[in-house]
Amino acid sequence: MHLPYDEMHLDAASLRSHYRPFAEWLESTAPEVIARKREEADLAFHRVGITFAVYGEDAGKERLIPFDIVPRIIPSDEWARMAVGLKQRVKALNAFLHDIYHDQEILKAGRIPPRQVLDNALFRKEMVGVDLPGQVYAHIAGIDLVRAGAGDYYVLEDNLRTPSGVSYMLENRRMMMRLFPELFSRQAIAPVEHYPDLLLDNLRAVAPAGIVDPTVVVLTPGQFNSAYFEHAFLAQQMGIELVEGSDLFVADDVVYMRTTHGRKRVDVIYRRLDDDFLDPQAFRADSVLGVPGLFDAYRRGQVTLANAVGTGIADDKAMYMHVPEMIRFYCGEEPILSNVPTWALGKPDDLKYVLAHLPEMVVKEVHGSGGYGMLVGPAASREEIRLFRDKIAANPANYIAQPTLSLSTCPTFVASGVAPRHIDLRPFVLSGKDITLVPGGLTRVALKEGSLVVNSSQGGGTKDTWVLEQ
Amino acid sequence: MLSSTADHLFWMARSMERAENTARMLDVTYRMSLLKQATQEPAQEWSAMLNISGLHYEYSQQHGEVSADDVIHFMALDETNPSSIVNSLQLARENARTVRGSVTSEMWEALNSTWIEINSIRSGGVAPDGIAGFFEWVKERSHLFRGITYGTLLRDDAFRFLRLGTFLERADNTARILDVKYHILLPSLQDVGGAADYYQWGALLRSVSAFETYRKVYRDVITPRRVAELLILRADMPRSLHASLQEVNQQLREINGERAGELLRQSGLLYSELRYGRIEDIIAQGLHEYLTRCLSRIYGLGDLVNSTYFWPAED
Repeated sequence: MHLPYDEMHLDAASLRSHYRPFAEWLESTAPEVIARKREEADLAFHRVGITFAVYGEDAGKERLIPFDIVPRIIPSDEWARMAVGLKQRVKALNAFLHDIYHDQEILKAGRIPPRQVLDNALFRKEMVGVDLPGQVYAHIAGIDLVRAGAGDYYVLEDNLRTPSGVSYMLENRRMMMRLFPELFSRQAIAPVEHYPDLLLDNLRAVAPAGIVDPTVVVLTPGQFNSAYFEHAFLAQQMGIELVEGSDLFVADDVVYMRTTHGRKRVDVIYRRLDDDFLDPQAFRADSVLGVPGLFDAYRRGQVTLANAVGTGIADDKAMYMHVPEMIRFYCGEEPILSNVPTWALGKPDDLKYVLAHLPEMVVKEVHGSGGYGMLVGPAASREEIRLFRDKIAANPANYIAQPTLSLSTCPTFVASGVAPRHIDLRPFVLSGKDITLVPGGLTRVALKEGSLVVNSSQGGGTKDTWVLEQ
Repeated sequence: MLSSTADHLFWMARSMERAENTARMLDVTYRMSLLKQATQEPAQEWSAMLNISGLHYEYSQQHGEVSADDVIHFMALDETNPSSIVNSLQLARENARTVRGSVTSEMWEALNSTWIEINSIRSGGVAPDGIAGFFEWVKERSHLFRGITYGTLLRDDAFRFLRLGTFLERADNTARILDVKYHILLPSLQDVGGAADYYQWGALLRSVSAFETYRKVYRDVITPRRVAELLILRADMPRSLHASLQEVNQQLREINGERAGELLRQSGLLYSELRYGRIEDIIAQGLHEYLTRCLSRIYGLGDLVNSTYFWPAED
């Protein structure tokens, strides 16, 4: 296997030019200063309470996502191309969602096997024929990109339900500016701070028809949710209410919140609660987090949910491999961003190939997320591979496989000093009146040497992401 | 404002005020116990401390005999005691975390830092020579929080519900301290106003930061009657019942919800009795009886705030 693409170094002797100012600064700054600043960052994150709750072991504890001070830097031309590709992709995904819940042209045209959509548990039959403002479904999309091989970007996964992490993008930037203001005068770094304004504009733009000054709220499952900090943070940054299900009620198909001065109508709900929990009358009856009657109000166009109900069908790992075809079908263009080659183990030929190459593959559960339930072939022991083989055999259609990509690396502070660690990138694409995104995203880094799993629940950290201005 | 947000803001401020008051009472009791003469019953003032908080039963279930170390630990660091300082600080922080969008980031950071520090204090314990310093620290954290609130928060309903929580708790606390000092330390009514124990009354005044104030206002020896007057009826004494209820009444009038009629009537009534009351009349009807009625009316106000704003019956 080739050495992974190094974001900072061209080769052992030379730097990539866009990293030169940073590398010079790092070289000229005393290690004690860096060490002190890193401690300061840790303290500050704790004090601000930028923490996430952990599931499983240590449940209920709050943990800090490690923050690394070496930024991930993206040159402006690379970003420009990436941004166009991201918009194209999100445009196609929204068009796909509107289509399959209405005329299903793409299925009629035979471009995607209808059964893969219609028999999928994530296809929400309740959404068929429901018209949404602006025909927007994925108002907020987190598209995971990796860089592999000689430096090409690939889309690893589309997150169209309740993608999280944008608060880290914003807080990491704030932290870097606070710790190292001098760095920001060395290079022109594109700002990301206006993300909350952009988000609010987009949410207001998709209010139900006829509402002049829409009331927008953020709906959270509550403070024990792993992303609670982010929900609270975004509500505060947008200057809108953060509500839980119990703060809302529905009367005559209109959604209201309970306030100290009586009921107040709610028009747009940025919900960070999964479909299943939204409304005990429509979905899971045992949900205590949702709002009874919400789905009927939604279907009748009295309230907008962002993201829409039923977006899961488009970011399902089984649907991923069809996204390039969606782009061709809806946009009439070739995809700008590449997909990772993917095998669907429900297909006998693919299954046979993958089982023969398991030690080189990454195998994921179709509906899994957060880095749980996956096999990273090269890092797994023989025994782990054998066990996983049994799991696949029991239900092949539940898995997809991809070649193990050698993710690019970025220098990162670790116990032994600065060493290369694998990274990915999640930009956040907003759809409302238009499709927009701020120049940047969340860079996650796998802190364990050689590890390719960047999820925070699996010991990943984050970095500030700099998009350079021309 | 969301009803649930108002609820959290109210309890955020109330819990912080409770932590401060508990620290004040422990501090004074601790100082007093250092001054004690050998002839006096050492456990008495610690018992009184438990009575003020209404926690004697819970304490004796766990510890049996009353001792200074156990009471300090129980009231300061014991997680099983819902009113301990550590739990009050935790509750303040939990409430703030839930509504951090409604408070300024400085307020949240102050409460969160306090919580982080109390956790390390809890795991390290408080050394005997650090006890007074610990109480000082709690008071300072509360001063800081109140000051940041006053200095940074928009004067909207969030501010008013916070102030409401602070001053209802303070009214409750001042009434309790005074009641216990009169009723338990001087059980026989003839003693009231009689031979006052200078240190006891001085300690009571110090626990509400009123020792110097007393000197300034009365320029005379400490008598129980004047102490009662200062802590109940003086409008210019910031921890008095009068001052606390004035603030409560003011905030309620400014919030002025549609369904607040009964709440405003009751708070106005209690406030005007304090505003126009005379200490002679209060002593005549019995201070303990008077304070008991006050406490139950303060409690009633909290109940009405709850049913008017936090959990209204309709919807």
